[in-house]
Amino acid sequence: MIIAVASGKGGTGKTTVATGLMLALRDSGHQVAYLDCDVEEPNGHIFLEPQCNESEDIYIEVPEIERDKCTLCGKCAELCAFNALLVTSDNVIIFHELCHGCGGCRYFCPVQAVRPGQKKIGIIDRGTAGQAVFVRGELEVGTVLSPPLVNAVKKNQISRGVNVLDAPPGTSCPAVATVRGADFCILVTEPTPFGLHDLSLAAQMASSLGVPCGVVVNKAGDSRGLIENFCLQEGLPLLMKIPLSRTIAEAGSRGVPLNRAEAGWDQMLLNLYSDIEGLIMSERAYGNQR
Amino acid sequence: MKELTVISGKGGTGKTSVTGSFAVLAEKHVLVDCDVDAANLHLILSPQVLHRESFPGMPRVEIVTEKCTDCGLCQELCRYDTIVDGIVDEISCEGCLVCYHACPEKAIRLVDNIAGEWYISKTQYGPMVHARLGIAQENSGKLVAEVRRRATALAQEQDKDLIITDGPPGIGCPVISALGGSNLALVVVEPTLSSIHDLVRVLNLTEHFKIQTAVCINKWDINPENTIEIEEICQNRKVTLAGRLRYDPAVVVAAMEGKPVVRLPSTIAGDIESLWDCVRQELGV
Amino acid sequence: MKIAVSASGSSIDSAVDERFGRCAYFVVFDEKTGDTEAILNDGVNAAEGAGIKSAGLMLRNNVDLVVTGRVGPKAMQALLAGRVAVYTGAAGTVAQTIEQYRKGSLNPLGVPNARSHNGISSTEKPVK
Repeated sequence: MIIAVASGKGGTGKTTVATGLMLALRDSGHQVAYLDCDVEEPNGHIFLEPQCNESEDIYIEVPEIERDKCTLCGKCAELCAFNALLVTSDNVIIFHELCHGCGGCRYFCPVQAVRPGQKKIGIIDRGTAGQAVFVRGELEVGTVLSPPLVNAVKKNQISRGVNVLDAPPGTSCPAVATVRGADFCILVTEPTPFGLHDLSLAAQMASSLGVPCGVVVNKAGDSRGLIENFCLQEGLPLLMKIPLSRTIAEAGSRGVPLNRAEAGWDQMLLNLYSDIEGLIMSERAYGNQR
Repeated sequence: MKELTVISGKGGTGKTSVTGSFAVLAEKHVLVDCDVDAANLHLILSPQVLHRESFPGMPRVEIVTEKCTDCGLCQELCRYDTIVDGIVDEISCEGCLVCYHACPEKAIRLVDNIAGEWYISKTQYGPMVHARLGIAQENSGKLVAEVRRRATALAQEQDKDLIITDGPPGIGCPVISALGGSNLALVVVEPTLSSIHDLVRVLNLTEHFKIQTAVCINKWDINPENTIEIEEICQNRKVTLAGRLRYDPAVVVAAMEGKPVVRLPSTIAGDIESLWDCVRQELGV
Repeated sequence: MKIAVSASGSSIDSAVDERFGRCAYFVVFDEKTGDTEAILNDGVNAAEGAGIKSAGLMLRNNVDLVVTGRVGPKAMQALLAGRVAVYTGAAGTVAQTIEQYRKGSLNPLGVPNARSHNGISSTEKPVK
């Protein structure tokens, strides 16, 4: 089971919900893994205080030119859609930061002078938070391409139990890479015009990926049903509300997870989980009829 | 002409609320929303669009079924799992065009891809340039650069002294693009561990690019201890602390009314005015 | 020597375009023959690496020297590797710029004078 936690807007509380959900599941005996896919600014470890015992460097494939074989024909540069190669009268220059690892230069080189080289894009830390599996990706500063790192983090999903994926905010490539293939996507929002606007973008993203989703409203107060109306309109389940509470906000500011900030959240989050299970089953049964 | 870019590292710290308020307090300025992935500034400034243009992305591919012989080479070569059984998934297509060049039947065709749109608008506080990037589109950096270029041209045409930019979150390519050439980066931070963690990464970035930086602590009263920690970080890194804003529900009320919060009588309005005074001095306007 | 000037149009009287990577044309003047030709910059809409594409264009057309305005770090690296000399200060029309160059009024460029908008490369030095 794979549950992604995403949001259109940043700062709505994805990590609060993702870590809370993971802890509630863990402490009720489920096998669970938390995967921090916000590789640009991972924050899950602040709330979960994991013991990390392994670190792995992650690379993408970039071209390396075998100079003795290269005839400087220029075909690689001509075909590179990202302008990552330049062929001069006596050299081939590679701009690694533009390389998307498509393998085209290697495939099309008429004399097989392109070897697969490696460029480090980040690291993955693995460990445990109590009985739960903890995995985090961290992007090398200045790296443009993050989806390959997100996909590498996702390779650490557990096959039995629940995987909670903490997505980066927004709807750009790394968020899409995180949500793709999930069984369900929780969209966390806040009841403000900003939250609403960005929620609709995120809902579009989940729907383009064919992932059923539901909404959690964080910092909920008197917002005249702003998010509720949207959910009704779009046929999106409103799964849970976390009230605007100074206690929760203060605890969050100290890196204290929701379940430890206030009583009752373990049960609320377990209810959230069983609602999601129900929604996934009904989506599978009736989804084709839509 | 000076440029102020408001950034945050971690999202949701209040960049847009602050920038929207600066729009009211500043004079002779052009507003820019560089958060092209999730643009929000328009929600409180109600811009009237005067000019819009498409922003082309890299071409994608499409399989011409009449020519396709199902040899499966495209699927084999694609590194992004985009092609499955002769169907191209638009969202995961990177635009590398390897399949296009490799297809022995030339059964793959290029398709134009409109990645987004940018707009030149007017608001009651001055002209505004903003944009929207489509879902899963790359190159927000390029769109940000385009938006900034248009803003600079507009400022020159209309004899404006200042460009105020609502920046993107994070520390990646779009932020770097938004910061280039800025006279001052104002980092809006919250006194939470997550935000402090990201503040440090942002300061590394602005330091690397040698951009003058100032910090504003939003909702500081939620955690005075962490606020002190942020102040110490600013001192150690010789970054100006430009202001502290109290937590104020008026921010949400104002957003619901589609207005910048300084337009409402509120405690935070005074805090933002002091912040603006300090920012003005740092900028020299 | 073949001198290219980044331009917004295709004739010697066209206005220059400061941007090496994203100008519409390069107008190339051959000192030996006195001929002028215009090269369309097909890299202008490139998502990234437009400057690299322009550099490739210079190499394929055997340009010895380019006069332009702003060159980013990757484009600069590409031009240096291809041993194309770079001068800055393009202004007015292509013809006027070539005149300025020949009078010795323009400055050579050895380091990039524009920011890359594509992330930090290990070779990039911050420019302000």
